[in-house]
Amino acid sequence: MNETKEKLIKILKTYSFNEPVFYTLTDESDLKDDLDINSARIIDIVLDIEEEFKIEIDDKAITKIRKFGDIVEIINSKINK
Amino acid sequence: MNKRVVVTGMGVVSPNGIGLIEFLPNIRNAINGIKYIKELELYGLGCLVGGIPDISKCEDFFTSYKLYYLSYSTKYSILACEEAIQNSNLQYTIHQGKEPDYNTGIILGTLAGQPDFLGMLMHYVDKKMNKKIRTFIAEQMMISGSTALISGLYGFGNYCSATSMACASSADTIVQGFDRIKQGKAKRMLVGGYDSYSPYMWTNFDILRIISREHNDSPEKASRPMSSSPNGFVPSSGAGVLIIEDLETALTRNAPIYAEIIGANSNCGGQRQGGTMSAPNIYASRKCLKDCIEQSGIKNSDIDYISGHLTSTMADVLEIQNWNNVLGRRGKDFPYINSLKSIIGHTIGAAGAIETIAGILQMNNSFIHASLNCEKLHPEIEKIADRSRIPLKRVENVEINCFAKSSFGFGDVNSCLIIKKYKS
Repeated sequence: MNETKEKLIKILKTYSFNEPVFYTLTDESDLKDDLDINSARIIDIVLDIEEEFKIEIDDKAITKIRKFGDIVEIINSKINK
Repeated sequence: MNKRVVVTGMGVVSPNGIGLIEFLPNIRNAINGIKYIKELELYGLGCLVGGIPDISKCEDFFTSYKLYYLSYSTKYSILACEEAIQNSNLQYTIHQGKEPDYNTGIILGTLAGQPDFLGMLMHYVDKKMNKKIRTFIAEQMMISGSTALISGLYGFGNYCSATSMACASSADTIVQGFDRIKQGKAKRMLVGGYDSYSPYMWTNFDILRIISREHNDSPEKASRPMSSSPNGFVPSSGAGVLIIEDLETALTRNAPIYAEIIGANSNCGGQRQGGTMSAPNIYASRKCLKDCIEQSGIKNSDIDYISGHLTSTMADVLEIQNWNNVLGRRGKDFPYINSLKSIIGHTIGAAGAIETIAGILQMNNSFIHASLNCEKLHPEIEKIADRSRIPLKRVENVEINCFAKSSFGFGDVNSCLIIKKYKS
């Protein structure tokens, strides 16, 4: 697993109520249904990511976040610029 | 609808004890919760003493439920609610349950809300550090923030509201919950209140010159209710929560019953007849007490004990005079009266609830705790109540069947509760 994903998992674990799921995590894992993250906390996750990766995530991108892979894609698109 | 309202759960976070297991022995032995607070030197306050509960041992509890960025007010409230739920034998578990419980509601009261967060928030905003603010912080800045968070933890579906009536805030939540159960609108209510330490709040009290400035070198002597030398209240913090319940519901589920509330009333003096924002209209205060006693159906002579508001200001005298006027009792016939604030200071929005809990504990354990620092009584109080009725040392083996709890607050507001031992 690459460094980006490792950092992201650390952030997600803070808010997830289903930590065992991280052993079988895939890009398709759903933040709400699989990781059991309260959707009110997505904003916190975004703020944590912005701070950790020193990037800015726009409002439009936030509304598209559903799965683990969605966030990885957003981060990669920003840090590879 | 004539429903009886009983107390089936109690939780407390006090500067002299977290949970009933610490609080009961510490009020029994008058263990002082007031300390010197060094940080206040930085802000140039005249009063440098106060009460702050030490909840450091409870921090793991919050993180175990993934609760971060909690204000002290919210932490105290969660701990008090959790304890009350535990000792009421209710089966709520944090984050569990698919549907809301429409029978159970929550109302918590506070004077200041989350003053610690206010300071932090202003710092972040002023320094353009907006991104440091997290959703937990933003949510809790609502006046109903703590209450809403707790309602969500347990899934209370009957009612969720925060209320504010200055220093009578939590006493009034008991009145509101009582009314709601009496009317059949709720079967069970979590009621009570909280307030927390922050220079951003305590400075206001200091500037109003209503808090103690003369005992910074002897904190345990600072809170002096009923004495000849009251010099302002001692600011303090904490939370108290009671679970009150319709008697039938409580009996059906075999709940422990700690007491019955037979009267609960609030009013306001409208800042008339001598009442101001900070001084009471004594006629309104008396009416509040009188109406409450009438509602409860007891005789004036039935009151064995008064858990006073008694903050250690000149208003202590008015309070005793009002009780004398309403009850028509004096001398050795005056009920026992004491002030928990002499031990833990004035917990502001939490005071009414914590003092009600202390009253129930004293009633059920047959003692009256000491009222500290009134070795020399105020002459006007001495004229009314015999020395033996204001104990300097704990009195044991006292039969308390019924007690009154009164709370008063800025805005000329009054609350009164009449509570008795539960008998089927």
